[in-house]
Amino acid sequence: MRYLPHTEEEIAEMLRAIGLKSLDNLFDTIPSDCLRKEALNLPTPLTEWELDTHMDALASKMAVPPEYKIFLGAGSYHHFIPEAVKQLLLRSEFYTAYTPYQPEISQGTLQAIYEYQTLVASLLGMEVANASMYDGASALAEALLMAIRVTKRKKVAISSLIHPNYRLVVQTYLGAPGFEIVELPALKDGTTDLSSINHPDEYAAVAIQSPNFLGCIEDLEAAGKRIHSDHRTFFIVAFTEPLAYGLLKPPGAFDADIVCGEGQSLGVPQSFGGPGLGMFASKLKYVRRMPGRLVGQTVDKDGKRGFVLTLATREQHIRRERATSNICSNEGLCALASAMYMATLGKTGIRELAALNHDKAEYLKNGLAGAGVSLPFETPTFNEFVARFPAGFKERYHQLIKKKIVAGLDLSPFYPELKDHYLLCATEATTKEDMDTLIKEVVS
Amino acid sequence: MKEQLGTTGLTLNEPLLWEKGREGRIGFSMPKRDIDPAPLDEALVRNGPDFPGLSEVDVVRHYTRLSQWNYGVDSGLYPLGSCTMKYNPKTNERQAALRGFAGAHPLLPDTLSQGILALMFNLEQYLAEITGLPAVTLQPAAGAHGELTGMMIVRAYHIDAGAPRHKILIPDTAHGTNPASSAICGFNPIPVKSNERGVLSPEYIASVMDEDTAGIMITNPNTLGLFEENIKEIADIVHSKGGLVYVDGANMNAMMGIVSMGEIGVDLMHLNLHKTFSTPHGGGGPGAGPVCSRENLAPFLPVPRVEKHEDAYTVSYDYPKSIGKVHAFYGNVGILVRAYSYILSMGQNLKKASQLAVLNANYVKEKLKDTFFLPYDRPCMHECVFTDKYQEAHRVSTLDIAKRLIDYGFHPPTIYFPLVVHGALMIEPTETESKESLDIFIESCKAIAKEAQKNPQLLSEAPTKTKVRRMDETQAARHPHLAG
Repeated sequence: MRYLPHTEEEIAEMLRAIGLKSLDNLFDTIPSDCLRKEALNLPTPLTEWELDTHMDALASKMAVPPEYKIFLGAGSYHHFIPEAVKQLLLRSEFYTAYTPYQPEISQGTLQAIYEYQTLVASLLGMEVANASMYDGASALAEALLMAIRVTKRKKVAISSLIHPNYRLVVQTYLGAPGFEIVELPALKDGTTDLSSINHPDEYAAVAIQSPNFLGCIEDLEAAGKRIHSDHRTFFIVAFTEPLAYGLLKPPGAFDADIVCGEGQSLGVPQSFGGPGLGMFASKLKYVRRMPGRLVGQTVDKDGKRGFVLTLATREQHIRRERATSNICSNEGLCALASAMYMATLGKTGIRELAALNHDKAEYLKNGLAGAGVSLPFETPTFNEFVARFPAGFKERYHQLIKKKIVAGLDLSPFYPELKDHYLLCATEATTKEDMDTLIKEVVS
Repeated sequence: MKEQLGTTGLTLNEPLLWEKGREGRIGFSMPKRDIDPAPLDEALVRNGPDFPGLSEVDVVRHYTRLSQWNYGVDSGLYPLGSCTMKYNPKTNERQAALRGFAGAHPLLPDTLSQGILALMFNLEQYLAEITGLPAVTLQPAAGAHGELTGMMIVRAYHIDAGAPRHKILIPDTAHGTNPASSAICGFNPIPVKSNERGVLSPEYIASVMDEDTAGIMITNPNTLGLFEENIKEIADIVHSKGGLVYVDGANMNAMMGIVSMGEIGVDLMHLNLHKTFSTPHGGGGPGAGPVCSRENLAPFLPVPRVEKHEDAYTVSYDYPKSIGKVHAFYGNVGILVRAYSYILSMGQNLKKASQLAVLNANYVKEKLKDTFFLPYDRPCMHECVFTDKYQEAHRVSTLDIAKRLIDYGFHPPTIYFPLVVHGALMIEPTETESKESLDIFIESCKAIAKEAQKNPQLLSEAPTKTKVRRMDETQAARHPHLAG
């Protein structure tokens, strides 16, 4: 086997050095009733070439662009990724390294993550960002737990327009230690109804998502003011599409305490939902209460600039059960990818790309409206929006799949009251031609 | 020794991204605009984040230079104990990058995602076979995430049985994440001491196990690299009081085809695909931490579960006792693809991998036990733990030895862990290191031990050949400078 370098002679020589007769003797300290009697029942090993054939066959059973026209967003977005980013990520000094515990031989990872933290903080308008969490959903759950720790309150309020899967993850994380979750209803315009938040001091945090699951841009200014009528209550803003903040005013501009969400959009392939990366940013005053790793700038013994993992006393390996989180491995390589991606775009590029996403979705929206499809929510959107298709559209949806078109996401499993409502997404990778086809097909 | 691996070469300086940008440059091929601009309320719009302007060449040089300041498994021996830094096969990267996998949307209808669902279903079967635990969730995104998921399952199991429990036993030879993982879901972690042989004694477990204790979280082999030889008896004790046995499977690289966890009384465990199953660590992640359990715990595993009906694969949320979701979608599928490729490439050779991992660790242990102090002089599993006791007399510490190893061209072992020994040097060579690679490492360690006697300054000054020298970590923590 090509990954196992030992020759039979070497094995014999090494066993002699240890004073053993056979490889089996290596396990003599394991009681015999603990040893496995039966051989592993696994397929015969494949050669590299057989594996390629097998994997190509599996991959061919997936519906992906450009053969399929997929108008799905909802937390996973199809964006172009520069070849430069893909190839740089294959620098094996990056991808075959462990967490940078030895800074002298990890300056590449450390400087890159420091730059990532800086770019993310700038994108979200925040003072400090960590080195990443698992995904957008767990980042939100950890943000709520952080607010609970800081405020010592046991109840949180979250918008019902936060991604349904994120809310499920929040329930799992907060339900185990027994914290209470109140869900805030939606208004008719597709944004969160915050009118029940009259006494924010009941809550450790109030969390909303913007753009929200329906694609609508929330009024962060009004939300921030209402929630901060108690200055200790955390105003948490979640997101699934960070590219929106290339164009939109960032949550930090509205006094958000924590901003967190999924960073997949920025240079990471969709990969059936993971790995992506949880972006997590907060106000500087809370930095010692944050979960996750942080890279900081310092100097070496000669006074030369360098970077290290820092504020580790928050973390599980030092503070044990009183740690701010149990997270250890994060999504480092995806964070690196997103930093590379943001670096290729730059300030003007990210704004232009974000504007293009917005404008594409507007084109689709207007085209559908022109064809007689109703748009139930008037609130401005970024690159996805809700359309209400004619009753009985489900059948047409399946016919369109046969034509290799996935006409968005049926919202009724998530919101039973939104029957015939579909969430549609258009990005820079969606062509006018594809959108014209969809517009024609949904009404024909 | 022939020639020392570590040397100096031309290392290029590279500033921070924003120290080299020029406004107006771009490194991205902007897609053509085939539609008209659409107005958006100016009140909502910003000027654009404060990113530097860089060409594609700027970006490529920047990250290429940064990468050269790093050390990875592809650079050389990376004997970081408990991290299983084995070779990351190149073919795995090819498979994960296939458009059908990398380009797949997680909310596609089941009928359009049969390839990935089949892969996930089969990977679950293989992991079940390797662990002897039939029910598997692939959703956790890392080892600690698997631990958390496992603890939530334990909690749900006791609640379902009508009697919530509040304590969990955690040995001093368990992984560092275990106490935090159990505390987050509301358990009170009770520390358990290992005995003079470095393993758990059943008598002690019997004295602390009671009916308010949900179970025990054992790392096996433990962080001293020793197999918990009393595990069956311990499992019987824990089970007799209604508790569950959780195993932290981070050290499974010693056990494939050797021990079936399901046969020795384990109820559930997590695996680290980024350790045992060869997926890269990525400089800190992403990993994957599947949880495998007995059939009686299957109802509590996270949703959705992948099911097979005749020849079709479907995704089901219909598990009312499930703990819920721990990831927005299915977990780190891109990592699952790599682990699946590895298992198909290895097959029965996985047992050979475990044997050779244990052979390598014992070889290093034998060859270095006169050089470094070996607190538990017994046959080890996949890793061995030394300390700096012999070097202390020369005022040389574990940290100094680790830093000097860098000058010799190696990544240092895990240091100061496990906490049960003072000044630990925890060495895990893995099976993908050849004998000559180990021999160079062993000779380097011996040379360093001699330097410690004759010229300890070489160690306290180390490393000297790296891009930067020892860092002022105190300043970094006292005056956090976390963004530029």
